[in-house]
Amino acid sequence: MKIVTNALENIANIQIFPILGLLIFLVFFIIMIYRVVKMDRNEVDEISRLPLEKDQTEPKSYAESSH
Amino acid sequence: MELQKFTYDNRLSSLFLKATILWGLVGMLVGLTIAIELIWPTMTNGISWLSFGRLRPLHTNAVIFAFVGNGMFTAIYYSTPRLLKTPMYSELLGRIHFWGWQLIIVAAAITLPLGISVSKEYAELEWPIDIAIALVWVVFGINLIMTTVKRRVKHIYVAIWFYIATFVTVAVLHIVNSINLPVSFFKSYPVYAGVQDALVQWWYGHNAVAFFLTTPYLGLMYYFIPKAANRPIYSYKLSIIHFWALIFIYIWAGPHHLLYSALPDWAQALGVVFSIMLIAPSWGGMINGLLTLRGAWDKVREDPVLKMFVVGVTAYGMATFEGPMLSLKSVNAISHFTDWTIAHVHIGALGWNGMLTFGMIYWLLPRLYKTKLFSIKLANAHFWLATTGMLFFAIPLYFAGFTQSLMWKEFTEEGFLKYPNFIETVTQILPMYWIRVLGGTLYITGVILMIYNAVKTIKQGSFIPEEQDEAPALDIRKPNPDKGHRRLEGKPVLFTVLSLVAILIGGLVEFIPMFMIKSNVPTIASVQPYTPLELEGRDIYIREGCYTCHSQMIRPFRSEVERYGDYTKAGETVYDRPFQFGSKRTGPDLAREGVKTSRNYKPDAWHYNHFMSPQKMVAESIMPPYPWIIENDLNTSTTAGKIRAMMKLGVPYPDGFDTKALDHLQKQANQIAQGLRDGGIDVEDQKEVIALIAYIQRLGTDIHRESNESIFSEN
Repeated sequence: MKIVTNALENIANIQIFPILGLLIFLVFFIIMIYRVVKMDRNEVDEISRLPLEKDQTEPKSYAESSH
Repeated sequence: MELQKFTYDNRLSSLFLKATILWGLVGMLVGLTIAIELIWPTMTNGISWLSFGRLRPLHTNAVIFAFVGNGMFTAIYYSTPRLLKTPMYSELLGRIHFWGWQLIIVAAAITLPLGISVSKEYAELEWPIDIAIALVWVVFGINLIMTTVKRRVKHIYVAIWFYIATFVTVAVLHIVNSINLPVSFFKSYPVYAGVQDALVQWWYGHNAVAFFLTTPYLGLMYYFIPKAANRPIYSYKLSIIHFWALIFIYIWAGPHHLLYSALPDWAQALGVVFSIMLIAPSWGGMINGLLTLRGAWDKVREDPVLKMFVVGVTAYGMATFEGPMLSLKSVNAISHFTDWTIAHVHIGALGWNGMLTFGMIYWLLPRLYKTKLFSIKLANAHFWLATTGMLFFAIPLYFAGFTQSLMWKEFTEEGFLKYPNFIETVTQILPMYWIRVLGGTLYITGVILMIYNAVKTIKQGSFIPEEQDEAPALDIRKPNPDKGHRRLEGKPVLFTVLSLVAILIGGLVEFIPMFMIKSNVPTIASVQPYTPLELEGRDIYIREGCYTCHSQMIRPFRSEVERYGDYTKAGETVYDRPFQFGSKRTGPDLAREGVKTSRNYKPDAWHYNHFMSPQKMVAESIMPPYPWIIENDLNTSTTAGKIRAMMKLGVPYPDGFDTKALDHLQKQANQIAQGLRDGGIDVEDQKEVIALIAYIQRLGTDIHRESNESIFSEN
């Protein structure tokens, strides 16, 4: 543990850490937005109906949609 | 493909539902009790376990972990199997989870009034209970994750992601914040000290709000609002974006609880920036919840369940707009330490958590008992009582918060504090405290109506322990054609790991520099460890929950420096395990209470009489009397052990000091007691009050010490 502590105490440019964290988040966020925008509308509709499935009388509709 | 038949178990959700109602009532009644104690301080005169400082942690813990906790588990155990088309992974684990959690709550309800407390807000429970929480939480996690693994649907619905994020993050928060060194079965010291302890605590505290009160309830919202309105959520895409943004950003926001404190500026700035960013994902959730009801507003007019959901989600929107505003330094300068914070959290607790829980209960009961709700009228009455109760609670406290803060900061033309006596700023807001009691009473009356309605509904129906369903098996060997987020949704374990990574980044970026860079906590040569007597006194201060009303953090404002003395420095807190910054000033700040030249300095005899009867010393005081501290003998059986524990944690007592600690303690106690006896007070050396006075008179004095020589050198 001492080794780790020493290494971290002498870490250079520690101020950059928060900036790096922010950048990681931004990159992740942009990629995510891109993916989400690209998602297929029908699929999205289907997933968003998952809680309602049980209310439908025919579980068949579910069987069809998952294949 | 062939359909598989399986059953959903309703027993556990029903048990959790009943526990939610029971503990909700208990938690709120304790809240009402302490609200009354603030306007009638001598109400429980002399009963230690009913004093404000001990009951306030019980109130917060009961509402958060017992009421909302059981509410969250009700939702999880009901919705998870139905969304994943499979029973929960293990009924046994579910039962262990249920009974384990209730046992923990009972343990909390016993230990907190007894004063067994770590004094870190919402993490007050001592180490054996902390370990039990960790174990039960793991049991819950295994059950949840394994249920997602053996599901019969390809994709995991958004509610479940929120449940998974809750499990992962609460586990990390709880473990990191609870690392303590035990001294005895009921006493431990945190491994972190002072400012660092404060950073860890508020990283935990804020994210307890985020991941215990918010994310699981967003999951609840995403399941029960579509169910109750019988329409899918407004935007599934929005739910993906706001989920990831929320868990990524929330974890950074903790330092906004420590603005203008001795925490380094960079950490404060980080907390502010991320708090402001939080508006976006929070409102994403609110918009998604409310717009799901588009085209169903006619139903909202009639259905008490939807009404409650609408007010709940609106309260969420209000609280999550207010939160970022409160984290702006200029606003925080006014709001912090006042009743504004109390109003803010109750919009969240009474509005968001309360209303969503009640809505869920009214929706679930008829379904679990295969009947109709006994009375829609009563449920509507509950809705109005809860809504008006919440407003009568919060609005007066906003008013009290502004008023008191402005009074603290007001100067006369000559440049003196206009209200130099703290008590003037207290008496001014007492009428608001009365109205708060009215608001709380209305809210609890609503809950009592709900209990009556629930009992009647249960009686007229018959319980359905299991429900049948069928679905095709999920063939996981089939190649997955999906890309992007949908593919990720199909992999629960990877999803869990990514959620963990997301929340760890924020935590580590704040902690590593804070703990490793020495310049973040500049040491002060004259600051020395507490003497054994002061340490014992400090532990009494912690036991009595003094931090629930008194801060120990003078912010660098003219008004505070003038009132309390020099502002608090990070280096002064290095021996504070745990830190005692506090979060609310119902009474004055005590950070420099012992400084003889300060305007607040009071002699030992004053403190003695004040603990015996605060009203005798300050007629209008709302502090309760502490006769038991005067009567009880100080328990010194663990003093040496406490010193040893501190030495282990790196506190620089001289070698072998633990063996001399008791002598040192007795000498100092005799000195203080003799001083009191000389002043005509009949008191013995070994009373608890002597230790507490020793601690109070030490507060804030170190930086005024002229010599840097060790205070232990003669011993």
